[in-house]
Formats: sequence, structure tokens, C-alpha cells
Amino acid sequence: MSEANTQALARYKNNFLKEVEERVEDGQWVKMCMQCGVCAGSCPFGPHWEHSPQKIFMMIRAGKREEVLTSDSMWMCTSCYNCIVRCPRKLPITHIMHGLANYANRLGLVPKGQPTRDIAVLFWKNVVKNGRVNEMTFSLAMYFRDGLGQGIKNAMAMKDIGLGLMKAKRLNPMEIFGGHTCKDKSGLQRMIAKAREIEDKRRGLA
Amino acid sequence: MADNKFAAYICSGCGIGDILDVAKLERVAKVEGKMQIIKTHPFLCNEEGVKMIRDDIANEGVTHVCIAACSRRAKVEAFSFPTVALSRANLREGVIWAVAEGSEHDEVRQEMAEDYVRMSCAEVKKMTVPAGNVKESSSRKILVVGGGMSGMTAAKAAADAGYEVVLVEKTGQLGGFANQMWKRMPFNAPYAEAQPTGAAELAAELSAHPKVKIYLNSTVAETAGAPGRFKVKIAAESGSVSEELCGAIVQASGFTTYPLEKLPELGGGQPNVVDQAGLEALAKAANGGPIKRPDGKEVKSVVFIQCAGQRDDSGTHLPYCSGHCCGTSIKQAMYFKDQNPDIDTVVMYTDLRVPGMGEDFYRSAQRKGVIFTKGKASKVTGGDTCKVEFKDLILDEDTATEADLVVLATGQVPNAGVNLDEWTATVTAAESGDEAAKTKKAELQKISVLNLNYRQGPDMPQLKYGFADSHFICFPYETRRTGIYAAGPMRRPMDMFQAQEDATGAALKAIQAAENAALGRAAHPRAWDLSFPKARLEGCTQCKRCTVECPFGAIDEDEKRFPVFNEERCRRCGTCMGACPVRVISFENYSCDTVGMQVKAVEVPDEDEEKPRILILACENDAYPAIDMAGMQRHTYSAFVRVIPVRCLGSVNTIWITDALNSGYDGVMMMGCQKGENYQCHFVKGSEMAYYRLGKVGDTMKGMGLEPERMQTYEIAITDGARVAKLINDYVAQLNELGPSPMKGFG
Repeated sequence: MSEANTQALARYKNNFLKEVEERVEDGQWVKMCMQCGVCAGSCPFGPHWEHSPQKIFMMIRAGKREEVLTSDSMWMCTSCYNCIVRCPRKLPITHIMHGLANYANRLGLVPKGQPTRDIAVLFWKNVVKNGRVNEMTFSLAMYFRDGLGQGIKNAMAMKDIGLGLMKAKRLNPMEIFGGHTCKDKSGLQRMIAKAREIEDKRRGLA
Repeated sequence: MADNKFAAYICSGCGIGDILDVAKLERVAKVEGKMQIIKTHPFLCNEEGVKMIRDDIANEGVTHVCIAACSRRAKVEAFSFPTVALSRANLREGVIWAVAEGSEHDEVRQEMAEDYVRMSCAEVKKMTVPAGNVKESSSRKILVVGGGMSGMTAAKAAADAGYEVVLVEKTGQLGGFANQMWKRMPFNAPYAEAQPTGAAELAAELSAHPKVKIYLNSTVAETAGAPGRFKVKIAAESGSVSEELCGAIVQASGFTTYPLEKLPELGGGQPNVVDQAGLEALAKAANGGPIKRPDGKEVKSVVFIQCAGQRDDSGTHLPYCSGHCCGTSIKQAMYFKDQNPDIDTVVMYTDLRVPGMGEDFYRSAQRKGVIFTKGKASKVTGGDTCKVEFKDLILDEDTATEADLVVLATGQVPNAGVNLDEWTATVTAAESGDEAAKTKKAELQKISVLNLNYRQGPDMPQLKYGFADSHFICFPYETRRTGIYAAGPMRRPMDMFQAQEDATGAALKAIQAAENAALGRAAHPRAWDLSFPKARLEGCTQCKRCTVECPFGAIDEDEKRFPVFNEERCRRCGTCMGACPVRVISFENYSCDTVGMQVKAVEVPDEDEEKPRILILACENDAYPAIDMAGMQRHTYSAFVRVIPVRCLGSVNTIWITDALNSGYDGVMMMGCQKGENYQCHFVKGSEMAYYRLGKVGDTMKGMGLEPERMQTYEIAITDGARVAKLINDYVAQLNELGPSPMKGFG
């Protein structure tokens, strides 16, 4: 169990709703849900979620912390915003789902190998490094996240698309050697670190 | 008849003159209608046209006017001549707009118009102007029974409108249930916080009101009479009896809470399990401080269980929803949250319903952190820590929660007095000497609120689940006891805001009833009507059908069992007239003759002409407007029908049907309002009575050798314009299949 998780458990005891309200982005909206189920019915991924947003909100109120934070559900959100548009209580459901995913990740509670989480983490690392997305290293990192053999298989399977992209000058093979950067990338990194510090402090995660 | 002078006025405006042969209509009115004055005007409802009629009434001594123009529902202000008898032939909505265009229909269209002129002339000859019966001594005082929020509001509304009010309250204090309450749900913007009840202020205001006379510790011992002359005996606990003469009555006898003891499975009777009334008491005792349990412990967590003993389909508890309890639990959860936001408050519901502006109140509670759990409680164990076992309906699992206090949202049980069905059965049994029934009758008499001395029983009829009468769909305050209006939770379950709104409405209806009674007019829905039923008692066979069938309990019986009409209780629906087998009951302007003569006035063509004739008897409240609407919207229908409006299908006397079939009509369509549980009949039971009676006409028809299809009944709503046209056309097609009536030519 991560230290952040232990600390959170100690701090909020059984009041998971309060934890969500204080620590999850837009978490203060959870109590306003009136359980109509329109979000669950509107979600194009609905049948593939273990718990619909409606259920997630109910579970939060029922104090099912472990079940919610280790759930795969909020990672399934594709940000189509259908639920936000339709919610009669105007809950920012998409944002809450991302907030929950983010928080679960922060506490280290996400199931291992959750693909949405993996791609998000890789993307974030990649973009923070140079201030620019390096498509070459990002793709390769994705291919090889499951080991060398699987990486080669993935790369071979995608080789036609890769070559096509290169031919059309949409992918620069030279980027593999570090790639281009933004101006003052260490300044950017300091900025992000500071933002994170402020956010953590505000949410009691520092 | 020597002084009578009959005049017919034909309007040729609105296209009537272009489409119909008005000269022929004039001839019909003269030769067949025997009208003495016949005039045609191109725009009869304009100032000049109306003046022409007025002048004839003033100068020529015209006493009976037949207007052949638009529907009787149109231009009523223009064609208002209160000193003469008036009939209307519907040539516009009923003929030129209703029959298909084109010269191929000219013949049947003209025949239809001529028949309507004949019918109108025949009708007016049998009419007289209602004399009315103005009563100088009529009381306009309003009696309010019940001094709770509903009763007090009704009393204040009537008194502020300038009427004397008598307010009778059983207990020693005004305020009723509101006295037990800490606060009430919000009734004005922003609907976010509970508000003071205001009961004490209202009670003080009434006590000081010069128009209000208050009887505390008193009940109504007897109510006799009718609107405008209710003699009410008010018995005080001390034994003294006072008498008040009242014009109309508002009954606001309130509710009692469903007993907790009946809910042992939800912890009823166990410590630290209370109902909403119990929580109000705890909150009142806390007076804004921390709410404590009866054992003195401060409440840190509370669970509210909604629908406790309500919406029960097993037949054990109340089958209905009491409407206010979701809002009340929200309010009570706020009592805790407002005092200390850290108190856990859970409202456990299956369907949260917050009518009116309650949705804002609900949101406000959510903002305060009240937790709403969709779940059904199965078992509550009381004690120092109460345990609530429930099924979470969202997560679909059986689970449990604990709390210091459990509040059960139980329902409202109406205090509407005696169930009249039970009463009638008991009285019948008691009359035949059943001793147990005699005891029961005395018991029932004790719970009666009004103690009416009507032959129909001591209280107003109940509609469902013991709630008092109401014309739910169209006129919520109307009951089947004229001049007596039900208000508040004895009429249907409701919260305080709705009860006050209800009470205001009922008070205004009561004022209207008292005023109308004084003017000799009917009450709703024929509030302008001065006619009232008269019976030729020498022809009466004392069969009692009129007294039994009158939906409003207007008719008593004298010692010789003759009917005694209480004119002020009568709504002028004519159900008695329809019921009377010897046809001795009639109104001045509506009788077996006014309709019968119309039926007979229609010219029925011979069999070989292949022009069937269909009589439509249409309720004037919904069916007749729907038929008019068909015309207005140009949903054309067959020119073979002849429509006669009736006050209510209940007023249809079977003689009209027999007459029609004997005269060679091919079919009869009866159009009335929806009956049964969701009735829309303006006279509540009229259409039901009609269906019941007409069910028996089938045998008569068989005896005449007629197919039963020749008489059909239909339920028509006022919006059924298109449907009614289709029904008519379908029926004409059906009769064409059936062939002409075998009675043709015998008439």
C-alpha cells in the first residue's frame, strides 16, 4: 500500500465521500447526484463498464472506497461528454471520472496493466521531458511496454503504417535521437512541478 | 298558451345563407314550426340583429325565441334574452361546417338544417322561462369544520372576503397538526430552508378577527338543510349546544398519522425508532439546539426510512403515497445538518418525490450534505444503536447501516368521517333488527364529522382509501354534497402548502355556493341555472329511484315516501328526470317533453329513400362541444345524424330512445363522459347511471324485434373532435350493413 493511500485512510477513516469531495477534481458534485441513471443510459461505453457513473456515485456515498478506487470503470471514459450534456443535475460527470482516475493513480491503486492508465503515464512522461510530444519514442515506448519480444512483434505488425507515415513525412525517424524540444524546457518542468506542489497542498496530498 | 308568442330568427351569416336555402328554412319554421314571427338577418349576432330580437320581445310580446344560427355554445352573450324561453338550432357548427362540401351533398345538408329548425321550434314550445327562487333569508355565513392549517386558512380567506365565519375545532386550541411541528417545508423562494409554520400567528389573527366566531372543544352534532340554510348544531364538550345558520360548509377535518405499532418490522414500538411526528416533537424540544433522543443521548447519526407502511401492495398497510413525506424527511434531515454539519443523515428512499418547488429544497439538502440512498429497508432493530437492514437498489445488494435514531416516514390517514357504503349496509341491517348492526351504527355515528341528517348518510361520500369526495380530474374541491367542500389532507394526502391552497379554493367555492343559493341558482357546473326540478307528485309511484340515483343526495323522502326536492342541493343534472319511470320530474326549460318533441320533430324518410336517421344524445359538457369541435375543425361527418344536447347522460330517459326507435330511426348514439374510477362526468355518477339504465334497454329492443346494435354508447372527451366524427361515420357504415330499421313506417 502506498504511503499516500495509508495517509488518506488515516485521515478520512470511513468518510469516503468527504475524501472525494476534498481530493478529487469536481468531487464536491458527487453528493448532488439524484440517481436518475441518465448518465448510465447515455454512456456509449455503458455496457463495458463494471460500474456506471450512477453506481460509482452511489458507491462513493456508501463508502466503498477500495471498490471505487481500484475499479477499472472510470478509466473507460472516452470523454464524449454525453453524460455531462444530459445530466439533469448538471454534474460534470466526465471530469469527475477523470478526477477519480487521477486520484486512484496518485494513490497507486490502479490495477496493473490498465491500458488507459499506461498510455496516459507514458504520454505524460514523454511530453514533460521536452515540452513536445515525440511520436517516435512515444510509439516505441508503447510497443515495448510488454517486453522486447512483444515489442518487436508489435513493431512488425505496424511496420506498413509506420513506413507510410515516414514516406508522407508525418513521422521523422531522426526523432529517436532525442528529438526537438520547446524553448526553456527546464523552465517548463519547474512550472509543472510547482503547479503540482500547489495542487497537492490544496488537496492535502503534500 | 294564449299569451305565448313564438318567433324564429334565422341567421344567414357565416356562410349559412350561401350554402343553405334559407327561404325553405323560413317555410319550415312557419308551416311546420308554427312560428308567428319569422325573420332572417345576414348577421344576427351583431348589434342590429340582436336589437331586432330585443325590439320584438319588447314591442311584439314575443315570449319564445328560436334562433337558427350557430351552436348554442357560441355567441351566448349576444343571444342572451333572460326574459324569454330560448332554443338554438345549430346550423353552423352542426350543419354547414360538419357536412362535406359539394353539390352532391346539398340535398342531405338541407334536410339536416330543416330538421334542426323543426327540432328547435318543437323544443321551444315546451319550454318556459325559469322563474327562479330568490330567498331573502338565505344565509351567507361559512361554516369551517376543523381548526388546523387548512381550516384556519379557509376561515381567514372567507372572513377576509367579508363573510361571517363559524370555525369549529374539536380540541381546545387552533392550529391542529401544525402545533406539533418545529418548522414546515419552505413555501416561498428560494425554497432552500425550512420555515416557521406560522400557525400561532394565524390562530391569533383569527381569534381577533371580527368576522370569525370560534367554537373550541366543540364538534358538529347535526347538520340539516341545504346550501343557504344549513342548520348546524354545535356541541361543546361541556354539553351545551349552540345552533348556527350557515350558507355553505368547508370540511377540513385533517388526518391522523399511520400508527407506528403497525410497523413492527421497521422497528415501530422499539426505542429510538420514531415517526416523523415524533421527530418534530424531538426537534421542538431541542428548540434549535442539538436534537436528543428520548433517553437524552445526542443524535449523531440518523436514518430516515421513506414509504414506511405506505405504497404497500400487499394489502397490509396504506396502498397510497402520502406525497409530503419525502419533503418532510428532507426538512427534518436539515434540522440535524443545520445544527451540526457533522451529523450523518441518510434518507433512504425508493422513489424520491418532491412536488411543487420541492426539487430546489432537495438540492439544498444535498448541498448541506444529506446523503440520499436508494434502498428499501427490510428490518429495523431499535435500541441504543439502531440497525437498519436494507437492499441497496442501485448497487443491488443486501446491506445494513447503523444509526442513533431511525425516523419512519409514515403516511396520512384521512379523518373523513363515515364510509357511506358501510353506513348504508349497517343501517339496512339495523332496520331489519340486527343488534350488532345497531351497535355498529352508533359507533359509526361517533366518527361522523358533519352528522348530516340526509337520507344518504351522515358524511360526504368517500372516493378512495377513505379520502373524502372530490371531482379529482376537473374540479378538485367539488363534492357530491352541494355547498359542502372538502379541503386539506382529508381530501387527498398533501403537505401544508397544498392544504392551504386547497383551503383557499374551498373557501371561495363555499362563498360561491352560498351566494348562488341566495339567488336561487344552481351550484357548479350550472351555476347560472335558475331552473329546478319539479315533480307532479300525483303521478309518482314512490319507487324511490330519483332519491337513490341523485348523485348529490339532493332528494329526501317525506313520511309517505314521496320525494322531497332540496332545490339548493340540486345541481340540475336531471339524473332524477332520467331515472323516473313515470316521467313526472321535469325542469321548466328541460324536460321529457323538450327532448321528446325534438326526437319526434325529425322527418324520418321512408325505407326506399336509403337515408337512415340516427339520433345522437350528447352530454352538453364534453360530447356536444366535441361534436361542435368536429365541425369547427372540418372533420366532416354524415348528414344522417341529428344531435340533441342533454344536460348529462344521466338525464336521458329511456322513453326518448323508445320514441326514436318507434318513429323509425335506424340507430341511437349515446355520448357521455368517461365513467368508472377515473370518471370525468361533471355530475360524478350521471354517465355511470346512464350506462347502467341503458344496459336494460336491450331487452326492450329485443321485444321490439330490433338488433341491439341500433343503440350504442360512447365515452367522449371534450378533445375528441376528430374521433367523434369518425365514430359517427363508422356507425353510419355499420347501420348501412345492418339495413334499415324494421320499425320504419309504423311510427
